[in-house]
Amino acid sequence: MEIKVNEVIGYTGEVLTERQKKTGILIHALQKIQEEYNYLPEDVLKKLSEKLAVPLSDIYSTASFYKQFYFTPRGKNIIKVCMGTACHVRGSAKVLRSLEEEFDMKEGETTPDLSMTLETVGCIGCCGLAPVATINENIVGEMDENKVNDIIEIIKTGKDSE
Amino acid sequence: MAIEERINNIEDLKKLRELFQKELFKEDTPRVRVCCGTACTASGSYKVIDAFTNESAKRGVDLEIVKTGCQGLCQKGPVMKAEPQEIFYQKIKPENVHWLMSYTILGGMPYRQGIYRDNILSEPVPLMTDVPFYKKQMRIALRNNGRIDPHSIHHYIAVGGYAALEKALSSMTPDEVLREVDRANIRGRGGAGFPAGKKWEHCKKAPGKIKFVIANGDEGDPGAFMDRSIMEGDPHSLLEGMILCAYAIGAKYGFIYVRHEYPLAVKNLKIAIKQAEELGILGKNILGTDCNFTIDIREGAGAFVCGESTALVASIEGQRGFPKPRPPRLSEPGGGPWGYPSNLNNIETYACVPVIIEKGADYFLSIGTPGSPGTKVFALTGKVKNTGLVEVPMGITLREIIFDIGGGIIGDKEFKAVQTGGPSGGCIPAKYLDLPVDFDSLTSVGSMMGSGGMVVMDEDNCMVDVAKFFLSFCQSESCGKCPPCRMGTYQMLEILERITSGKGEDGDIENLLKIGKLVLKGSLCGLGQSAPNPVLSTMKYFMEEYEEHIYDKYCRANVCSGMGVFVINQLECFRCGLCKKACAFDAVKEARDRYFIERDYCTKCKACYYACPINAVKIRKQRHIKLEEEFRIPSESVEIIERRAKMTLKDVLESKPLEIVTTTKDCSVREAINIMSERNVGSILVIDENNKLVGIFTERDAVRCLAKNISFEKEAIQNVMSPNPITFNSSTEISAAIAVMSRKKIRHLPVMEGDKIAGMISYRDLVSYLLPEICYMAEDIY
Ligand SMILES: Cc1cc2nc3c(=O)[nH]c(=O)nc-3n(C[C@H](O)[C@H](O)[C@H](O)COP(=O)(O)O)c2cc1C
Ligand code: SF4
Ligand code: SF4
Ligand code: FES
Repeated sequence: MEIKVNEVIGYTGEVLTERQKKTGILIHALQKIQEEYNYLPEDVLKKLSEKLAVPLSDIYSTASFYKQFYFTPRGKNIIKVCMGTACHVRGSAKVLRSLEEEFDMKEGETTPDLSMTLETVGCIGCCGLAPVATINENIVGEMDENKVNDIIEIIKTGKDSE
Repeated sequence: MAIEERINNIEDLKKLRELFQKELFKEDTPRVRVCCGTACTASGSYKVIDAFTNESAKRGVDLEIVKTGCQGLCQKGPVMKAEPQEIFYQKIKPENVHWLMSYTILGGMPYRQGIYRDNILSEPVPLMTDVPFYKKQMRIALRNNGRIDPHSIHHYIAVGGYAALEKALSSMTPDEVLREVDRANIRGRGGAGFPAGKKWEHCKKAPGKIKFVIANGDEGDPGAFMDRSIMEGDPHSLLEGMILCAYAIGAKYGFIYVRHEYPLAVKNLKIAIKQAEELGILGKNILGTDCNFTIDIREGAGAFVCGESTALVASIEGQRGFPKPRPPRLSEPGGGPWGYPSNLNNIETYACVPVIIEKGADYFLSIGTPGSPGTKVFALTGKVKNTGLVEVPMGITLREIIFDIGGGIIGDKEFKAVQTGGPSGGCIPAKYLDLPVDFDSLTSVGSMMGSGGMVVMDEDNCMVDVAKFFLSFCQSESCGKCPPCRMGTYQMLEILERITSGKGEDGDIENLLKIGKLVLKGSLCGLGQSAPNPVLSTMKYFMEEYEEHIYDKYCRANVCSGMGVFVINQLECFRCGLCKKACAFDAVKEARDRYFIERDYCTKCKACYYACPINAVKIRKQRHIKLEEEFRIPSESVEIIERRAKMTLKDVLESKPLEIVTTTKDCSVREAINIMSERNVGSILVIDENNKLVGIFTERDAVRCLAKNISFEKEAIQNVMSPNPITFNSSTEISAAIAVMSRKKIRHLPVMEGDKIAGMISYRDLVSYLLPEICYMAEDIY
């Protein structure tokens, strides 16, 4: 994949050394890779390391610090149950529990057929509708039993959520 | 003048504004402002907009549809305002649009169905300014949210945007701008409440030509979303605040650091930056002056600690987000990204700056309290009826926010506490409801302003669980650099985990306090320095809940598992049997006419509690008889009892005269009863010719014979005895014997040593062995 260092670093590039620029775009580059592969494959990281002349160990060190990055493939559908404060006090634990039970998995895991990854997230800024879950890009507010069942239905039938 | 052209002097911006003011938002054009904030979008505002577009095309009405940012009342979404009537509508569905057009847009009348009302019985409130949620609010930071389309710089300019920049560039020196902000005494809205003016000044004084202006939009506090709504709903006000700051301190470059969970904010900010650049409001020679300032966006990657200023800097540089010790502060050389002095403020702080410059510091100072002027945006969430974003003048009371604006507690339950300040804040109990809210008052009651999260809790929330929630958040977000934070939060969490699962011990409370203080003192950054706050503040105000969990194994909010005694209320239960199905441990038993829970099998997993459709499964406090208090038994004796329960049956036998009463299998019932009466015992052992025990005959058997009319004279004892009685070896512990006897409902226990009968122990023997005092007392009574 193509990374244009100067474009990504933006205006600030004017006052930075080449070294600083290359490290400066690292997180952005990782985000792009993850966008494309939905995780960080080792061989792609190796290429990135060569390109930016940043040691692979540094790349792993940075990537592993941030929660956004994954080193194993994730499912086709990604369900995130919000565990933020507002959602917590309105019973998000129950939502998570029913999904975990239904698919016999724990949060953070992916189904063996890669159809779904179940995750938790700390507040997506939609607290007014707590408890909230997201399925891929869509936000589902005021989760109740029916909505949980809808999600289960979507995953089980393999239908993409609209 | 063409509106897409770059503006090259300040006069042109003025002209452009006048033009937009004439063209946009005309008095008499029918208009709807539909909220397209994240929450309303999730509840379907785009479907409503489609319906409006279709409907107005169909009827040939020239309707202006403004897609605004968050209007605040997220829970009642999608919300919208119809103008010029100024009517506020909530929970609008596409099918309502037809009627909205007929009644309001064309007829000028309110459409009752969509109008806000407190509850179904109260009168609807058509005007937005009369809706209780908006009535007490005062909008500075959110002044444009809900009014304009965030994708349109024209809208922003039309409602007075960039007028402050215009004023500053045309009539104020950088020093005067700084002075004005300093005099307004605006305190940072992102955390500690440090005066922004002082920070700016510090950075301005720092040596070096290259300086950065950084906006902190990491907003990691779970339960707060005001920065998001500004970035999404009114991005230009942030840009304007940042440009003013850059002008004041002489910075050329800027960053907005946005957390990656906010894709819409990134998108809207990018659009806004591009539009501002095209108009010549950002970039080189802003509005034709020699002021230069550019803004880059940086996306976070999901680490709460990156909201901390030094960690944020590390993250901008592309490293792990580890906080660094200060000094150097960000405003000093060596502190900011790549060592350049920088000014870091929160999004909301910047958004307030244009108002201060445009209307003057005195205006700002006239709002709020002397120590904390201005307004503050709170994210009101949790168990209130109206959740959403509220902006209020500082000094308003918690009661006004929660009950007047928030509409009180859902289901009219009992208010218990409000948590402010997120994971670094604390819980405030009901007795402080009338506390005027500002930076200092919140700190004085052991909480803090933080970023303005406000989570309301009612009687169904367990305070220990809430404390555990925040602590586990900090624990998992700790970057791990300093041991007190990394390990202390872990140890505290372990203790809380134990307490909330019914395994709390004596000493837990003291340990929590001790470790908490260590973490507060020994941590490097604000995360660790405040992580124990939620625990410490709940312990301060809700100690009785901690004690109940630890000593009574009871959670009054029924939140924690492994607590209390589970019972089915027979008056409420309608015997659907769902609880029995739900129980994985077979603890719910079905009798002929009722369901009940067998305590010995119950693991307190709460499956039955959740399963019951009518809440007939109750969790009660376990009743501990305090022997000391209720029976006035001296504590030495209680210790003796505990020690004795660990002794064996042999010890019991030795404590009383040995008496084994036996008879042979062929003796008559009458004879056996005679022996029992003579020897004054309640049971007799039946042995065979080899002296082997074959059965037991007790008073209860005698009663049964009488009831069945069995002949005492003729019947042999072996036909009416209980054969093969349960026996115990003399080395069995007393506690085990008691457990089996009560489970099997037997009162007489032959004790064996090998094949030999060593003695006979009755239930009463055990009790009097353990509790001599109680027996004496009982004998006194009779
Ligand atoms: C762990 C931690 C997380 C923080 N998160 C944020 C945040 O998400 N947004 C924010 O504006 N400030 C956050 N802060 C506070 C910032 O460090 C800093 O004080 C603030 O952004 C300064 O802006 P202000 O003076 O305008 O409030 C955080 C602080 C700590 C210790
Ligand atoms: S206090 Fe905690 S989060 Fe802050 S630097 Fe230390 S370990 Fe990291
Ligand atoms: S679920 Fe409730 S109503 Fe049904 S049998 Fe159990 S206690 Fe009774
Ligand atoms: S706490 Fe769940 S969206 Fe904010």
